[in-house]
Amino acid sequence: MSDSVATVPDAIKPRRHLLHRIGSQDPIVVAALALVLGFIVGALIIITTTPAVLDAWRGIFHSWGAPGHALKVSFDNVGAAYRTMFTGSIVDPQGFWHSLTTGKGWDATLTPISETLTYATPLVIVSIGVGIAFQTGIFNIGANGQAVLGGIIGTAAGSMIHMPTVVHIPFTLLAGIAGGVISGAVPGVLKALTGAHEVIVTIMFNYVLYAFLLFAVLSTALQQPGQQNDISRTLDPSAQLAPIFGAKSGLRVSWGVLVAVAVVFFAWWLLDRSSLGFEFRVTGANPQAARASGMNARIIVIVVFLISGGLAGLAGVVQVASTTHYIDGVFLIGNAGIGFTAITVALLGRNRPMGIVWSSLLFAALGVGGRAMQATTGIPLDLATVIQSAVVLFVATPVLVKEIFRLRGAPSQSVELATKGWNS
Amino acid sequence: MRLELREITKRFGSFTANDSISITVEPGQIHCLLGENGAGKSTLMNVLFGLLHPEEGEILIDGEVTTFADSGEAVRRGIGMVHQHFMLVPVFSVAENVVLGFEPTKSFNRVDYKRATEEIRRISKEFNLEVDPDAIVENLPVGLQQRVEILKALSHDAELLILDEPTAVLTPQEIDALMSIMRSLAASGKSILFISHKLKEVKAVSDVITIIRQGKVVGTAKPTASEGELASLMVGREVILTVEKSAFAPGADVLEIRDLVVRDDRGLVAVNGVSLDVRAGEILALAGVQGNGQTELVEALTGIRPVESGTVTLNGRDITNVTPRQALDAGIGHIPEDRQRYGLVLSMSLADNLVLNTPKRAPFAKHGTRNLRAVDQNAHDRVQEFDIRTTSIHELVSSLSGGNQQKVIVARELSRPLEVLIASQPTRGLDVGSIEYVHRQIVKHRNEGNGSLIVSSELDEVMALGDRIAVMFAGKISGIVDPSVSREEIGLLMAGETQVEHV
Repeated sequence: MSDSVATVPDAIKPRRHLLHRIGSQDPIVVAALALVLGFIVGALIIITTTPAVLDAWRGIFHSWGAPGHALKVSFDNVGAAYRTMFTGSIVDPQGFWHSLTTGKGWDATLTPISETLTYATPLVIVSIGVGIAFQTGIFNIGANGQAVLGGIIGTAAGSMIHMPTVVHIPFTLLAGIAGGVISGAVPGVLKALTGAHEVIVTIMFNYVLYAFLLFAVLSTALQQPGQQNDISRTLDPSAQLAPIFGAKSGLRVSWGVLVAVAVVFFAWWLLDRSSLGFEFRVTGANPQAARASGMNARIIVIVVFLISGGLAGLAGVVQVASTTHYIDGVFLIGNAGIGFTAITVALLGRNRPMGIVWSSLLFAALGVGGRAMQATTGIPLDLATVIQSAVVLFVATPVLVKEIFRLRGAPSQSVELATKGWNS
Repeated sequence: MRLELREITKRFGSFTANDSISITVEPGQIHCLLGENGAGKSTLMNVLFGLLHPEEGEILIDGEVTTFADSGEAVRRGIGMVHQHFMLVPVFSVAENVVLGFEPTKSFNRVDYKRATEEIRRISKEFNLEVDPDAIVENLPVGLQQRVEILKALSHDAELLILDEPTAVLTPQEIDALMSIMRSLAASGKSILFISHKLKEVKAVSDVITIIRQGKVVGTAKPTASEGELASLMVGREVILTVEKSAFAPGADVLEIRDLVVRDDRGLVAVNGVSLDVRAGEILALAGVQGNGQTELVEALTGIRPVESGTVTLNGRDITNVTPRQALDAGIGHIPEDRQRYGLVLSMSLADNLVLNTPKRAPFAKHGTRNLRAVDQNAHDRVQEFDIRTTSIHELVSSLSGGNQQKVIVARELSRPLEVLIASQPTRGLDVGSIEYVHRQIVKHRNEGNGSLIVSSELDEVMALGDRIAVMFAGKISGIVDPSVSREEIGLLMAGETQVEHV
């Protein structure tokens, strides 16, 4: 054996200090800068679409106007929009100070953050399911349908079967998971046994499940008795995830947060600590090596879909049990489809559990804050969607962010896609 | 056209793919570039075609120094290339494919299909290349598709045609047809650069043969040279192997292969009735030019590829057609031919790669939860034991050198309980130091009384490592010989001359 030094102890490896990170190509830095760019894009859109701002700019061409005035109006409008976005989704500093000094008005002060957490809770759960599938190289585009079926079966379990709280909540959640597992099993088994492409199957299966949702709330015993509309029965109080601060506080944030925390912990264990998750990651990174190393791709595909679908189903039932307590014919359908938002959230969070927590919180805050902004300033909620999209776009193109901010680091070699193409 | 390549050197990082290669092709000459896969033939052709730019050296056309910025310029200077994998649009017609990118147009930029078709007819007639211009390419047999590629090159007035492994995908009849096309093209004054590793074809059609090995020209030959001579030039390597082996004391048969038949990806029989025995305490080296069924044989033994017929027995246990998992658990150690594709996950750490095929085995996991401390401890031990050069066990395998990547695989396989070790091209692409190291580990494994099957197309490696040498040709074992026989004799077997087993 050679007498030269073969290894260097781990401790010698230079630690990455915060200062070193800033200006480097660290993914967290790139994500933060992408966020900044997203807000800049949003600001430009506010300036170019808000009538008051446009009027001020038109004023430049008249004698009474001045560019300074136009700039001021622009800044005022953008500032007002982003201020309301912040105070509407996180906290209003004035209200916070008031509550802190007088001890009064805590409920109102905490409402924005409570709303953000309420929206983020199911999003975290479903996005982690999607992220686990991504890490295995599988595109689960059907998380929305899986969440819908989870919501249907969970609602049935929570409203049509009666039992004490201690068992009813777990029973309802498990029923939701079961719904997701069933709807995830179909594309999983089809892919494993016939090679059917999961993207096509899951997209199509979404529509099957939407149709089933209408059937369930219109034509089965799940429909609210005495109702002709597409509305389901209401969950028994024993099956509801109660608000953490009690119903009287008006804060909607529920014990569902604990479910999300448990899911994050489970995902961390699965991906980082379990041998099953190791096989998932190997399969995602190099399917040929996975096969040569004795991993059974078919079983892995099925198990991933069961887990991914199960988490989507859990997200669906958590949504019902913590907020509406019933479902209707448009439950999770359309723009509200958290199963679709989950795809971008997972990408933004680099498919890592904690990354997904942060990106879910960001998306929830932009949504909640966007509503506050629309109510106060009249700037449409769509601006929040634009910012969300721009952030994802910039995160997906780290080279662009690197070029804009002239980050140091190796050239485009380090570009790393969070997922692979359709055909992989 | 007279083409001269002078001292072309092309490097990829620290790897030299072409090392000052000089070749001259005379007008009307069929010049063959003979070499194994990975010898640097395709790189050289891509340099010539303007797809890659050489670090050193120059290209002369009719005595004039030329540089090509891109392949379009090479085409304009009269160089046509027929790629190994056809560059055709399957749903387009022959005529559309031929004019693609250079479409003749009528008014308003509409493509003039009539003129295109006539043009094809004219060229077809001139060079005697029968093909229907209106046929859809995907409906044509492979041989005709290739003819379309040749037509396409000729339609751009190519004076020099590069044919990159043109026979790899053809049937014997199609090969005969191609050869007569090549001869008639040469007779009409076109120069042809023919790239191949198949000795018979090269001998049949070439005027001059240049042999390339590891990026260097190692010799030129006339087509009258014997196949044995050509084969040994192609695979030889001047690495002095200093592997000390203990006395050869073979034990009982460990791995018995009987009448094995395996098909390749295209459904053709690649392994055609192979029978081999690997005994305890011996290294059975499997020699042969790449592409004669060795890859498929190893894949069948390790469970990656299904067995069509025949049996594989490991210590009396039938392991025919087992899954890769069962093969691993039965004690088959596998050092794969394509290590980055089948042996490693480049985006994962050294420590993870060292337990790639045993993640669930004690002590690395318990009740489904990985024991990362044990995984790290294992990595520390293996790094010490196998002298893997790395800054950390958590370093990504992609950042290791090729030699150290191979050491990771060797370390992983040799440190679990094995019944037999199967290693495919275990030292390909490695530096001399790593080659020596890998050889020493394999011999150590054998000296401890274990059986090994080493597949290699390096003749020196085969002769240094093998206790017996089996030679594979066209899916069959053409002979099993003692390592003391001459290189020429093995060369003959590699060229397909069969021999009576005398060991």
